[in-house]
Amino acid sequence: MPVAATAIEVEGLRKSFRIPTHRVDSLKERLVRPFAARDYRELRALDGISFDVRQGEFFGIVGRNGSGKSTLLKLLASIYRADAGSIRMRGRLAPFIELGVGFNAELTARENVVLNGVMMGLTPNETRNRLDAVIAFAELEEFIDLKLKNYSSGMLVRLAFSVMLEADADILLIDEVLAVGDAAFQQKCADAFREMKAQGKTIILVTHEMGTVEDYCHRAMLIDDGHIQHVGEPDEVGRRYLRMNFERSGGDASGGVEGDSDIRMLDARIEDAAGGRAASVEHGETIRLRVELESKREVAGLDVGFIVTNADGIGVSQLGTTVGGKDEPVGAGRHIGVSVDIENPLAAGRYFIHCGVSRAMTPDVLLYVHNCVDFVVFGGEARGLVELEHEIEVVIGDGEGSDGGGSL
Amino acid sequence: MNASPPNPELREVHGPSALGGGRRRFVDLLWLMSVTEFKRVYFGTVLGYVWSLVRPLMLFAVLLFVFTKVFKVGSNLPYYPVLLLTGIVLYTFFQEATTNSVSSVVAQEGVVRKTQFPRLVIPLAVALTAAFNLSLNLVVVLGFVLAWGVEPSWSWLLLPIPFALTFVYAAAISMALSVLYVRFRDVLIIWTVAAQVLFYATPILYPVEAVPETYQHLIFLNPLAPIFEQVRVWAIEPGAPSAIDVVGGAAGLLPAAVIYVGVCIFAVWIFNRDAPRIAEEL
Repeated sequence: MPVAATAIEVEGLRKSFRIPTHRVDSLKERLVRPFAARDYRELRALDGISFDVRQGEFFGIVGRNGSGKSTLLKLLASIYRADAGSIRMRGRLAPFIELGVGFNAELTARENVVLNGVMMGLTPNETRNRLDAVIAFAELEEFIDLKLKNYSSGMLVRLAFSVMLEADADILLIDEVLAVGDAAFQQKCADAFREMKAQGKTIILVTHEMGTVEDYCHRAMLIDDGHIQHVGEPDEVGRRYLRMNFERSGGDASGGVEGDSDIRMLDARIEDAAGGRAASVEHGETIRLRVELESKREVAGLDVGFIVTNADGIGVSQLGTTVGGKDEPVGAGRHIGVSVDIENPLAAGRYFIHCGVSRAMTPDVLLYVHNCVDFVVFGGEARGLVELEHEIEVVIGDGEGSDGGGSL
Repeated sequence: MNASPPNPELREVHGPSALGGGRRRFVDLLWLMSVTEFKRVYFGTVLGYVWSLVRPLMLFAVLLFVFTKVFKVGSNLPYYPVLLLTGIVLYTFFQEATTNSVSSVVAQEGVVRKTQFPRLVIPLAVALTAAFNLSLNLVVVLGFVLAWGVEPSWSWLLLPIPFALTFVYAAAISMALSVLYVRFRDVLIIWTVAAQVLFYATPILYPVEAVPETYQHLIFLNPLAPIFEQVRVWAIEPGAPSAIDVVGGAAGLLPAAVIYVGVCIFAVWIFNRDAPRIAEEL
């Protein structure tokens, strides 16, 4: 395989933020206390990051919240300026940090598409030429001269996504935009990404979703605390990422500073009817999932969720519940036992359960354990993923009913 | 597909800046943003453009009444109404451009924080939109000027000079204010008051010769004063004292010129300094 040219070359990138302990927002404050602004806390977001991305590569950047991955993304996208180090690129980069950035609700779809295209580096003529294709992909031909404020959110997402696909940049920088929209839209995104990958575009995907990285990326990079932890095979990066998360949330007290360690997992298992550990469940038998958590600190409420995936990594189902709440916080050192009894319509095969715990009603993930337990389903007739509960009725007419009834 | 385009060079990326992302893209964006904004205002409301004309006209009507019927400052000047209208329309441009741009960068937060966007486009587009309004309003002014019996003159061809000077000054102030506002939110209030003061410190309501001589020099520290005076001479009253006459020689204009250039340099300097970090400050 010929070695492709370098698309992006990052060397010794450093970035820190000065977080004022007291924000000076008005001139008066500045005049009254001229030195107040000197009270800064230095936050080192990235500390000496170097890596290369080759042309045509689908490159994943993984890290937990606060690891520095968003800062890196914004540096690559020319939104922040680095303190030190260099970024070199071949060709034009289009950042997709959020869908529909720069859309103006007061303007029509036509005007917005042109404006957005120019923002992404096309000439006004190029965008006008692409306009029809963009609108057609978004299936919004009838609404092209409608102001965006009259669009439904679904239409907006379609338009934004379509605009993004038409950017036709050499390098695409994508930040978890996959995570928006409904299932059908996510499917469309997934198809689009596969296509871009097939076209040999250089794509950088920033995410904390390991499944996505393993599905799409050729190579991935794990960053933590502003440092590169590992660059290599997505599988290996995924393993390290999960181990890192598990260690953080697991027993040792070293991770005690971060909010992530408020909860740890003591055990996760599948039980048989007698209460013992089970490795397999027969099709149709109840799956008894038992998870034990411990709170190290008082938390106002927890959302506990489970994702069931099959051996191909395809999500089969999501389950979840809320523990405690604002009025009934879960005290420090409490033991939380979660029992889930799941009816088992699953087709025979191996399944994995991943567990996530977040602060109730927030995206603040306290704990995520990939593959906290796995089990095998055997027996049953089901082909495909699951056996759908169903009733089939067949009516066969007698053939002479000339007045209507001949549905079959 | 991979190898089809000629491989571009590996180029250094410098991060965000005032101009960032190529000159052509800058111009495209600036033009597109101001045109769409102008169209939005023009077609967005029922009366559209009428509104942007009504404000200066109302002000004009009120001031004309006050200064010809109540104070009689202008009643002995033959061209007072024409002068007043021209001055108001030009000053309205200055005020609109600068005041609207103060919060423009902050208002475009999403774009600034989430895309690669040449920051300078934002305040300049506001100034340019105001300039489009001005050019439409000037058509109305022209009609009024002719109807009042002002003779067309060759000196009208010189008018782009004071107009351009006003535009550059307004654009520079817009740049400085928009970037200062990111850090100091009281800039808006301060500027609203300052713009009011500048209106009275520019010979619009009164002819400059009505001002006691000692104060004429003070007023002519305001760079807008000589610019507006020159508009008066070139557009309407060739016999009126020119900016140079007022300050007694070209050297007298030096302080205003220094202030003008100083403001422009300061604006470019502070915008350039702060532009790379706007996304972090927001």
